[in-house]
Amino acid sequence: MLDDVDRRLLRHWQGAPEMTSADLAVVLGLPAARVARRIERLREAGIVRGIHGVVDWGALGYAVEVSLRIQLEKSVQGAFDAFLAAAREVPEVTEIQTFLGRVDVRLTAIARDMGHWQVLYRERILALPHLAEIEALMHVATVKTDQSLPL
Amino acid sequence: MIDDLDRAILRVVQGNAALSAGAVGRAVGLSQPAAWRRLRRLREAGILKGRELALDLEKLGFGVTVFLGIKLATKGRVSLEDFERAVTAIPEVRRVEHVLGRYDYRLRVTARDLADFERVLRRRIMALPGVGEVESNVLLSEERLPGPL
Repeated sequence: MLDDVDRRLLRHWQGAPEMTSADLAVVLGLPAARVARRIERLREAGIVRGIHGVVDWGALGYAVEVSLRIQLEKSVQGAFDAFLAAAREVPEVTEIQTFLGRVDVRLTAIARDMGHWQVLYRERILALPHLAEIEALMHVATVKTDQSLPL
Repeated sequence: MIDDLDRAILRVVQGNAALSAGAVGRAVGLSQPAAWRRLRRLREAGILKGRELALDLEKLGFGVTVFLGIKLATKGRVSLEDFERAVTAIPEVRRVEHVLGRYDYRLRVTARDLADFERVLRRRIMALPGVGEVESNVLLSEERLPGPL
């Protein structure tokens, strides 16, 4: 499905997502039109799902990031869906993941400071439906963010 | 610091960072030059910090993503540095966060399948200097939300 050129293209592009197809063509040493066609094909095949802008919440005054590890009351019918729908309504929640394991759901939530976090946690997070257990990990630092795949 | 139009622009760019300034402007009701100026200001202020390529991992042959919680067995400045140096060198470990709480580190690991993950876990993760308790949770679904904009 993917040939060597696709792999090289994706390797370079993941490392520098701000590159345009013209930039990639220069790096790969290929005609720009050919690279543009390949990118189009990767998008159509659903391999490249999108290019997203990344917001730095710290620059917007959100200094606190918390990872919430949650266990749900799984015996309640519809608990997952009800919980996820309610979590999506909390603006400070930036990420929702579901798991197979000890943790059912993980939320990433951000707050301006510890005072704001306390209010958010008590009034919005603990009010989410079907919570059985909740555990918070406070983010200290990101040591590695290289999201590149070993292609 | 930023106004409602900036927030609207950020939401549009979060969804699609490949749009031209003209297209971003049309989406929020601004002219191309006005949108371009605001985009530049958001970038210069570090609020719009970059782009991320969203790839379908399964289609690329990486069918399994696992989040690991790791507690170090021994602590101290040297062991944190040793651990961080060794863990960031593992290619399958795509994200490492230092956290406070039940675990010391959160790792995002991408593998071809469960057998491949087991190999990474046994040969690489369990061999890390200072590693203690390890908890694995296999990712089933993931969604990003716009956040407080």
